[in-house]
Amino acid sequence: MSLFWEAIQWIFTPVWTIINTQRENDIITRLGEHLGYTFVSLVAATIIAVPIGYAIGHTGKGREIAIGLSGAARAIPSLGLLTILALALGFSRTPIAAVIVFLVLGMPSILAGAYAGIESIDKRTIDAARAVGMTEWQILTKVEIPLGLPLLIGGVRNAALQIVATATLAAYIGLGGLGVYIFEGLPIRNFTEMLGGAILIAVVAILLDGFFAVIQHFAVPRGVTAGQVKEVRTRSVRPRAVAGLSADSGKG
Amino acid sequence: MNWLFNNLGLVWSLSLEHIALSIPPVIIGFVVAIPLGWLAHRYRLTRGILLTIVGLLYTIPSLALLVILPPLIGIRVVSSTNVVVALSIYAVALMVRSTTDALDSVDADIKQSATAVGYSSWRRFWAVEFPIAGPVLLAGLRVVAVSTVSLVTIAQLVGVRSLGYLFTNGLQRFIPVEIITGVVMTVVIALVFDRLLVLLGRVLMPWTRTAATSRSAKRRVLAMEVTS
Repeated sequence: MSLFWEAIQWIFTPVWTIINTQRENDIITRLGEHLGYTFVSLVAATIIAVPIGYAIGHTGKGREIAIGLSGAARAIPSLGLLTILALALGFSRTPIAAVIVFLVLGMPSILAGAYAGIESIDKRTIDAARAVGMTEWQILTKVEIPLGLPLLIGGVRNAALQIVATATLAAYIGLGGLGVYIFEGLPIRNFTEMLGGAILIAVVAILLDGFFAVIQHFAVPRGVTAGQVKEVRTRSVRPRAVAGLSADSGKG
Repeated sequence: MNWLFNNLGLVWSLSLEHIALSIPPVIIGFVVAIPLGWLAHRYRLTRGILLTIVGLLYTIPSLALLVILPPLIGIRVVSSTNVVVALSIYAVALMVRSTTDALDSVDADIKQSATAVGYSSWRRFWAVEFPIAGPVLLAGLRVVAVSTVSLVTIAQLVGVRSLGYLFTNGLQRFIPVEIITGVVMTVVIALVFDRLLVLLGRVLMPWTRTAATSRSAKRRVLAMEVTS
């Protein structure tokens, strides 16, 4: 446990002494880089993936491609993708390589979130919207997007998690970020620095995830929460009698 | 391409080491998640606690976990134990959620019928609930297997040999073919694991081939694809 205490002290030390050299605490700069990469890649991935996901969800075409794609993306090792792109684009353009890798990693989750959000809506709701005379565009913007929002944000949340974790690897190709401390400490066996860096990365990831959890919570439309059955236990899937209706008819 | 032909032996031995590191976490994840998933499925209190812990664990980036874990449990950073334990934590984290979902997907009427014809709760779990939850469990296990195989490459960064060696070495020596070989082999191993699990599922759950899976089970499988 003393190792953890030392690592936490390291985080708050203003000037670090590494062997014989002194260096100023640059955690804030590294944190900025880390979050910068995460933010840029996440926004880019969202801009690309959401329209495609909505197109798939609304038309119901290309679902298999989307599922297959997100499955395949899970199998691709991020370190491999990062190193091959760094090599292909040259060392002067490694930031572009990094953003492309993070974007590719984040896109499938967002894509899946966007189409699954629409897919999960009761088809009768959409038929009803069509029956009252909504245009396809109105159905998409007024029914499908709001009802599918929580799942979309769930997808963005997964993507953010994936990206913030992988951004640690940016340091491996010399791009900074919080991963720097792990790669710096490893060869000289400076375990305090490695552990301090690892703790910082874990805390950042958990906070980011918590942030999205809060957004996800507020993204559920009010009309949906009002009608939800607040029961966690398993229940029969057989349709129950509508509570208000059967009571009324009982009264005659 | 010359590099590949001259180093077939290396690629083969690295693939074997990679596979050896990938199998234990998947098995541990599946086995450990059954009791935990049952607890989360059965009681509201344990559900909240377990799913929160599991969610937090899954949030910790792999490279950070590989550094934090050793001092916690008293092992060396550069050891395959470290890698197996870290990846098992992710596998358990994912599988607890899947197992909970899978058990939730069992129709309450089926459980009541089983109790009515005289099953004890222990027998009912293994003979009725567990098999019916099978397809959703399998979907979760496939996700775990594929992501574990891909995560093993990160172990290279703390010095544990796997196919990740081809990435770091290829970058240092400017050999694109070496990195591509590593990526292709990792994906191939992941796909083989995935196919094997599907086959295993067909053998162990022959009913899934004929009977259409229930709508709710299908939806859960879809949700799992999205959320993990």
